[in-house]
Amino acid sequence: MTTTNAPTLSDPRDPYKRLKTTRSNYELYGWVFMRASGVILLVLIFGHLFVNLMVGDGVHAIDFAFVGGKWTSPFWQVWDLLMLWLAMMHGTNGVRTIINDYAERPLVRLWLKIFLYAAFVIVTVLGTLVIFTFTPCPLGAPADLLPSICFK
Amino acid sequence: MPSAPAGTLYRGREGMWSWVAHRVTGVLIFFFLLVHVLDTALVRVSPEAYNAVIGTYQTTIMGLGEAGLVAAIVFHAFNGIRIILVDFWAKGPKYQRTMLWIVVGLFVVTMAGFLPRHLMNVFGGGN
Repeated sequence: MTTTNAPTLSDPRDPYKRLKTTRSNYELYGWVFMRASGVILLVLIFGHLFVNLMVGDGVHAIDFAFVGGKWTSPFWQVWDLLMLWLAMMHGTNGVRTIINDYAERPLVRLWLKIFLYAAFVIVTVLGTLVIFTFTPCPLGAPADLLPSICFK
Repeated sequence: MPSAPAGTLYRGREGMWSWVAHRVTGVLIFFFLLVHVLDTALVRVSPEAYNAVIGTYQTTIMGLGEAGLVAAIVFHAFNGIRIILVDFWAKGPKYQRTMLWIVVGLFVVTMAGFLPRHLMNVFGGGN
């Protein structure tokens, strides 16, 4: 025979005691970030689309010389850098939310998030390096492909 | 946790469908963003490599894809402002349905400004 202990009932008035605090404000900050970055991204991306697709010959005008001409100006470097970082963080956090909502098996969630965060790091680092190490007039490139600033 | 909810949590109508559209457009834009950073990174390889890849963006089919992308961005942007107003404006939840129709109206106006210009560039006599 096993000894049976009488079940213990805690005092109903006893306040519930948490062993440790599991809450942090991480999700709150994420929620605020989505709204704040969203407003800034609206301005940055609408400006980006207007300059690249509406002005002049639109998408037909985009080539190496066009991008080179834009990135000789610190204004567009900062614009594109801000757009890159905010859009990547906004998009990554959005997809993280969607994974949390729909992927139920722990291993699937884990791997989807590993792919997501890896894509975030690779694309954000690569984009940042391109904006800052870009040379508008590479040596030996055909002259007719280069922006006009190379010939001043 | 059941794999599917026994009853549906989803209430349909404007509130749910705008939420669905916000998710779908958000995911589409995110995947384009990943590709777009990679294609732009080709400026670091050589002018020829960049021009070759960006040239494929200037075909008719991609031109129509760009129109769809801009439509997704415009909806996501305006509906995002609506979400912020639902969250922070005291009367936001009361007027969420009205605000969705304002979003749709602004979307139509913005696309009416963009599409003719873009389609002229895509189908027009340009290079």
